[in-house]
Amino acid sequence: MGGSTIIRTKGLTKRYDTITAVKALNLEIREGEVFGLLGPNGAGKTTTTLMLLGLTEPTEGTAAIDGHDCTRDSIAVKRIVGYLPDSVGFYPDLTGRENLRFTGQLNGLEPSECEERAEQLLKRVGMVQAADRKTGEYSRGMKQRLGIADVLMKDPKVIIMDEPTLGIDPEGMRELIALIRELSVKDGRTILISSHQLYQVQQICDRVGIFVQGELIACGRIEELGKQLENEGRYVLDIQAEPDNEALGELLRQIPEVHSLQQGADGLLHVESGRDIRREVTAMLVKNGYTLLQMRQRGGDLDEIYQRYFEKAGEQHDTAGGKGTAPAVRRVFPWRSGRK
Amino acid sequence: MSSHGEAAESNRRGLRALYRKEFADHLDSKRFFLIFALMLLVTTASLIGAVSNLSDAVSESSEFIFLKLFTTSSSSIYSFATFIAFLGPLVGITLGFDAVNNERSQGTLNRLAAQPIYRDSIINAKFLAGASAIAVIVIVLGLYISGAGLLLIGIPPSIEEVFRIIAFLLLSIVYICVWLALAIIFSVVSKHAATAALICMSIWLFLSLFMSLVASGLANLLFPLDGFEGLTNVMSNYQMDLLLNRISPYYLFSEAATTILNPNVRAIGVVTMSSYSGAIAGSLSFGQSLLLVWPHLVVMAALAIAGFAVAYVNFMRQEIRA
Repeated sequence: MGGSTIIRTKGLTKRYDTITAVKALNLEIREGEVFGLLGPNGAGKTTTTLMLLGLTEPTEGTAAIDGHDCTRDSIAVKRIVGYLPDSVGFYPDLTGRENLRFTGQLNGLEPSECEERAEQLLKRVGMVQAADRKTGEYSRGMKQRLGIADVLMKDPKVIIMDEPTLGIDPEGMRELIALIRELSVKDGRTILISSHQLYQVQQICDRVGIFVQGELIACGRIEELGKQLENEGRYVLDIQAEPDNEALGELLRQIPEVHSLQQGADGLLHVESGRDIRREVTAMLVKNGYTLLQMRQRGGDLDEIYQRYFEKAGEQHDTAGGKGTAPAVRRVFPWRSGRK
Repeated sequence: MSSHGEAAESNRRGLRALYRKEFADHLDSKRFFLIFALMLLVTTASLIGAVSNLSDAVSESSEFIFLKLFTTSSSSIYSFATFIAFLGPLVGITLGFDAVNNERSQGTLNRLAAQPIYRDSIINAKFLAGASAIAVIVIVLGLYISGAGLLLIGIPPSIEEVFRIIAFLLLSIVYICVWLALAIIFSVVSKHAATAALICMSIWLFLSLFMSLVASGLANLLFPLDGFEGLTNVMSNYQMDLLLNRISPYYLFSEAATTILNPNVRAIGVVTMSSYSGAIAGSLSFGQSLLLVWPHLVVMAALAIAGFAVAYVNFMRQEIRA
């Protein structure tokens, strides 16, 4: 961290006929960083990653990786950038090892080097026992693991992963997260992850960028983003107390800064206020004979940040599961409605 | 400058690796085996037919007996040249109809495009690998028919005959490559391999079977042969018919193959009485035959290249996403 900038985009824009998929994106990612590009489906994440790889030409603006222009010098970029697409595919008639060998050859590795690296990587992703089976028989999780080995065949400085956590079981997820962390910390590679699954991304990213309808609406460390929201005077408190009755709500409304109260399905009372009211609430509850069961100030959590930024950007859908796709977004990308 | 050179070098290595894989895939595939077996079977049948009818053919003209192995048909079995003209397209289509859309549906296209090669190298490698597989099939069939024919009739080919056979095999390769290029276009354009295969096959059947009907129909419509006026239209009608027929690679190939394999063919197209009078009966030399079919060869190569270019432009414009 704190290294020099390795990925830099300036005013990167992609327009399709009438739709702007990515709007004037300015992004800087430092060497050795794990950066999370977050947003709902169709926000322009994949388009951005494709432009970084030189697979799609930007309408305006430039992108550069390690000093190489992504459009004009795409070969130089593709030599140092590994790309793991979402739903990665392999040649089903070749074994895992043969698939890796082929990628090595495409990258101009010597045969001996190819074998050695393939063996090493298969070990690293825990695929040695399945290495000589045809990839047509692989499960989704196995393909994902082989995909990571495949990306590492070229020994990339930068790794771009598109929805790497999609469709993986919790155990596989833990392994994947550990592996990604290792790639960043131990190998010192820069990693760009695009995802709509917040929880996983929160665990591994140094910084995140929130992407809605082609625009980067927030960018920074997760704590910073949380603070930013707090400074705008939005506090959400989850309270559970006994006895839980109507009077409790009435009582809380007496605090002047409280502007909304909501009874959640989980039995928690969500209190939105203009400042930190925890002290007053505790004192008030004790005085009136309530027993406080739990109280939590929301804000530091990525889910929260994400949702808040969406609200700010005029989105009104529930992102709690990270799965919800706003109808507005779906209309913007009609050809992607069949995805996932 | 050096970064440019490096890029070209890494692209070349990638292209070679991809070509090798594609070629190996072709030779390994069941599909290649089946089409090869079919062609071998058909060749054997045509050879048997040719040998059994050879004595009749020789009684007409005893020159260039070896070449007759390729052109003589029996009453029920077509000659080898006819089989190539008709079934050759099937070979090209079989090897190309799923070249790109299969990569796409497997999800390997974006992974492939993210390797340090230019995007056009993907399609170049696929075309070259398909063309190589075609060359393997055609050359093996040519050697088979020559070898078996030599054993059966016991007359060795003259040098000129050898040249003519080689020219014919090259012509066949180019002809089948036209269909490979066509199949690759549709593999780029259509999402599903089945759609691409169906489109290619309908084009193949149309151009091979129905084009001559359409051509004569149109020629008759434009230049009717009825009545007194018909007499003046004869020439235009014929030329129109020929022109339309020559749109089809099938017709081009048939014309060119006949000329190359039969030295007695002196002209293709219209021969007037005045140009015929005073001509000395005899066969054309190899060079002259080649000269006669040179335009055919060029048109076919141009068709293959044009088809390939269309596929290429389409592919470069397409979005690489799953």
